[in-house]
Amino acid sequence: METLERIVADHPFARGLDRRHLELLAGCASNVRFETNQVAFHEGEEANEFYLIREGKMAVELHAPERGPINILTVGGGEVLGWSWLVPPYRWSFDARAIEPTRAIALDGKCLREKSERDNELGYQLHKRIAQIMEERLQATRLQLLNLYEVHT
Amino acid sequence: MVPQPWCVRRSWWETDDSFSFELQAQNEGPTFQFSPGQFNMLYVFGIGEVPISISGNSAKAETLIHTVRAVGPTTRALGDLKRGAPLGVRGPFGSGWPVDEAMGKDLLIVAGGIGMAPLRPVVYAVLARRQQFGRVCLLYGTRTPDDILYAKELQKWGKRTDLETLVTVDRASPGWTGNVGVVTTLIARAQFDPQHAIAMVCGPEIMMRFTVRELQTRGMRSDGIHISMERNMKCAVGFCGHCQFGPTFICKDGPIFRYDKIGHLLAIREI
Repeated sequence: METLERIVADHPFARGLDRRHLELLAGCASNVRFETNQVAFHEGEEANEFYLIREGKMAVELHAPERGPINILTVGGGEVLGWSWLVPPYRWSFDARAIEPTRAIALDGKCLREKSERDNELGYQLHKRIAQIMEERLQATRLQLLNLYEVHT
Repeated sequence: MVPQPWCVRRSWWETDDSFSFELQAQNEGPTFQFSPGQFNMLYVFGIGEVPISISGNSAKAETLIHTVRAVGPTTRALGDLKRGAPLGVRGPFGSGWPVDEAMGKDLLIVAGGIGMAPLRPVVYAVLARRQQFGRVCLLYGTRTPDDILYAKELQKWGKRTDLETLVTVDRASPGWTGNVGVVTTLIARAQFDPQHAIAMVCGPEIMMRFTVRELQTRGMRSDGIHISMERNMKCAVGFCGHCQFGPTFICKDGPIFRYDKIGHLLAIREI
């Protein structure tokens, strides 16, 4: 049987973590499944967890009056959903909804924050990985803003 | 150098601003040979001539298909041509995609916007002898779901188990359940071995620069990456100098270049 620690270790987010940190991570992890249209979190709610997506697709959305949900980003297998658990005031800035059946590992951010306070090396490893994701998303967002495919004549 | 008389056999709109048409030769034989990635100069009599990639199947020499984005006077005039309307064709010109070099390796096809047009012949060529390639991934990004070129074909290819087709849009519209984000974000999701892969990339230059960066981050070597360059082409045979890019001419030496041969020139803003 596949253990939770093994599943966490197989996710790209955990690549390079040592055994001790993998155990700490797995201690805060649980398996979750979202059905299509199921909401993982809402803007403004407390952000006490994040998700290592194993399979499926989640949309990061912003709700606008008279327009409804605006899908601004999709996150799929091998990717990470959510970093608000790491940054005060620990509240979600967006909604997240499954747009197809999705399997993920939910990591308890509150638990990891506490463990990181006691074990700064774990905190550094987590921050390093989240910073990498933030950099990639920021770069992608900048490219989206450029409207690259517009023809300038 | 002299345009040959052709006429429009049929045309259809792919998106709000892009159309495809099938052309028929008036003087030449019934076939037209080209390599995926090559382009023709299309001449609308009395208006102008533009370089347009061939977007049809190179194995079907009896048909010549182009896909055009109507953004200027000549391309808009091409879009106005009705069935039977004459136009001039010179070509095919330029280098093609290294399809044969990709045999036995994984192949990553990365297209942005209208950049899908010169890559479609590659997909046809690969699928015609699919067993000769390793894993094949087609990554396509465009502005919105309404701007997706060849939407029905992409849907069909998406159902194949021997072709990983990932499509993304920069801005989703209501009801879109596909990927949202720039095309570079798809690279991490694609299944390929960077050490034994060939990448073919076509789209706006900024998109290609970031795509190459991402491919290199994933471990691809520069000599395995091929990009399609675009500059103002006039003569198409390297005489006029309009498309000179450093020591090369895009029309004659390109438009397809291996990245290690051209990458350093992309950083020179003066050219």
